[in-house]
Amino acid sequence: MATAPTSRFITAGTGDPTQPRAKGPRLSAHLPRVILYALLTLFCIYYLLPLYVMVANSLKPLSEITAGGMMALPDAWTLAPWQSAWSTAQIGVEATGLRPYFINSLVMVIPAVAISTILGALNGYVLTKWHFRGATLIFGLLLFGCFIPFQMVLIPMARMLGLMGLSGTVPGLIFVHLVYGIGFSTLYFRNYYAAFPTELVRAAQIDGAGFFRIFWRILLPSSGPIAVVCIIWQFTNIWNDFLFGASFADFDSQPMTVALNNLVNSSTGVKEYNVHFAGALMAAAPTLLVYIVAGRFFVRGLMAGSVKG
Amino acid sequence: MGFLDIKQATKSYGAVKVLHETDISVEEGEFLVLVGPSGCGKSTLLNMIAGLEDVTSGDIAIKGRSMLGVKPADRNIAMVFQSYALYPNMTVRGNISFGMEMHGLAKPEREKKIEAVAELLQITQLLDRKPGQLSGGQRQRVAMGRALTRDPDVFLFDEPLSNLDAKLRVDMRTEIKKLHHKLGTTIVYVTHDQIEALTLSTRIAVMYGGHVQQLGTPKEVYDNPANMFVAGFMGSPSMNLFPAKVAQANGAPAAEVTLRNGETALLPFAGGSMAGHDGRDIILGIRPEAITDRDGADRNSNAVHMIEATVELTEPAGSDTFVVTHMGGRDITGRFRADVQVEAGDRFPFAINMEKAVVFDPETEARVA
Ligand SMILES: Nc1ncnc2c1ncn2[C@@H]1O[C@H](COP(=O)(O)OP(=O)(O)O)[C@@H](O)[C@H]1O
Ligand SMILES: [Mg+2]
Repeated sequence: MATAPTSRFITAGTGDPTQPRAKGPRLSAHLPRVILYALLTLFCIYYLLPLYVMVANSLKPLSEITAGGMMALPDAWTLAPWQSAWSTAQIGVEATGLRPYFINSLVMVIPAVAISTILGALNGYVLTKWHFRGATLIFGLLLFGCFIPFQMVLIPMARMLGLMGLSGTVPGLIFVHLVYGIGFSTLYFRNYYAAFPTELVRAAQIDGAGFFRIFWRILLPSSGPIAVVCIIWQFTNIWNDFLFGASFADFDSQPMTVALNNLVNSSTGVKEYNVHFAGALMAAAPTLLVYIVAGRFFVRGLMAGSVKG
Repeated sequence: MGFLDIKQATKSYGAVKVLHETDISVEEGEFLVLVGPSGCGKSTLLNMIAGLEDVTSGDIAIKGRSMLGVKPADRNIAMVFQSYALYPNMTVRGNISFGMEMHGLAKPEREKKIEAVAELLQITQLLDRKPGQLSGGQRQRVAMGRALTRDPDVFLFDEPLSNLDAKLRVDMRTEIKKLHHKLGTTIVYVTHDQIEALTLSTRIAVMYGGHVQQLGTPKEVYDNPANMFVAGFMGSPSMNLFPAKVAQANGAPAAEVTLRNGETALLPFAGGSMAGHDGRDIILGIRPEAITDRDGADRNSNAVHMIEATVELTEPAGSDTFVVTHMGGRDITGRFRADVQVEAGDRFPFAINMEKAVVFDPETEARVA
């Protein structure tokens, strides 16, 4: 991207591109670029191939797959595997499809992401703009929390959830993800707010705004980019989590990832690959959607020109 | 008791004392400027008045009421920051309105005040823009507008002009002074620029190293600096400070100064000051405008003495020519009229007005006479 203007500049310097004389040097000047794009296209295909296989196979009858046509487009297009994966497939002992678990995941991920992002923003605000004794220590501990391996907390967390009466429930899962998420969201917002001009906070104090008003009216409206980063990160992690879901959920509170695993493992008799592919795509869809939707709001430079200049 | 009283106020960060015991009493309607080099504690003191920093010890009172423990919003002050601190997400109107909204003013009332302030500062056409779409000077005006809506007891300014270019700075300086004349509100103004301090203030507090070095009117501070720091800091080009010795000339005390070639010259003190200090080492302080050519010298002074010295350098500056010579081992700058014919290397008679000379102790740097 960054080199594009340069090469155009060089082209312009060699003369009018419409003149035949200029053609020779232009072609050789473009050669590295052609190779670059060829390579990039190759990588692109390489990365998109699995997605193609999944989509293609989720739309054909099982017989076409077992006949050995993994790479081919469907002969007889069908949505039946999707319907089956969504509402009738066998998950563990019950034939409910993935729908209830998809809902579980949604019910888990939305509050977990929202609350951890808001708490992270508040933490970042307090840690950077309201200096208090021990602030550095607290931030250090939160940061440390980010890097504790999941496996280490499984047993203590199970005990905690038991004591709180949240074992095997969706709120229990929300709690676990909150605890893990706050470290990261605090890290994001603290670093973002550290660069936020403290004079704005002071001006607002003099204007008579209190702690929450300053947060709500001054800091939060300028936090768009970091909030998007934080939401994408938290959503992806929490939605895709398998370990906590498998450890702390009961059958009726399992998230999508665990249910998908059960779908793949619990099919008796023939493996319905087309249904598995459809289920896997359903599990992946929300994170994709978040990237596509939230990424559009990833607008930089909201703060440009607020101070100085 | 004044309008704004700073009583034995100090500020420490941990073990570091950044502001030592400070006493300043400001009368209503005064324009007090805190001036000093970077890091001397000016902003700290201003923030203490604003309530943005706690007072470590001592007291700050406005209208006789102690401000200890009073929130910034309840002190009836307004502040203009160096960076302007305009809220980036709000329009100019929103910025000006925010403080009034926080103080519970009704919308029609707010609108009326915004119109009035915008008119006063000529920013009416900018009201619906965001701060990011304004130039430095315009942002400066908006920041002042935001402060003006408060009808505060005290205006606080922290280096409000230092982000502007030179020309605009001079214009805005004039505007701030006009505004003060018009409104008559008490102002405390922080700057590191001594010219701003001299032109704007009714009184100046010169600060250095967390101490107020001198508190006085611009004239007092300029003509009668309390110590060598103030003498050197205030005025541009700064005061010539050079070593001399107290000696006798025709029975009267005089300063004996060494010239470039080892010759000495005697400068009798005006009004017989420094009597009885024979042989004492001193630092003599003379402002450039008191060292000039014969015809440029002050005709009302009867203490003008001529010294023949070699010109080292001339610096034409349009209205004046600064002429550098050598005394007491230092470069000494004199201010000559622009049409005086003088060149580097010339032997030239310098007219020195000893009425304007001040004397410091070389050890303590304090004023002696
Ligand atoms: N939060 C702080 N912690 C420690 N030292 C500080 C803090 N704020 C300011 N200081 C120190 O106090 C001194 C005065 O600062 P300040 O009032 O900002 O100076 P200035 O006169 O340039 O406005 C400086 O030496 C600065 O390093
Ligand atoms: Mg400062």
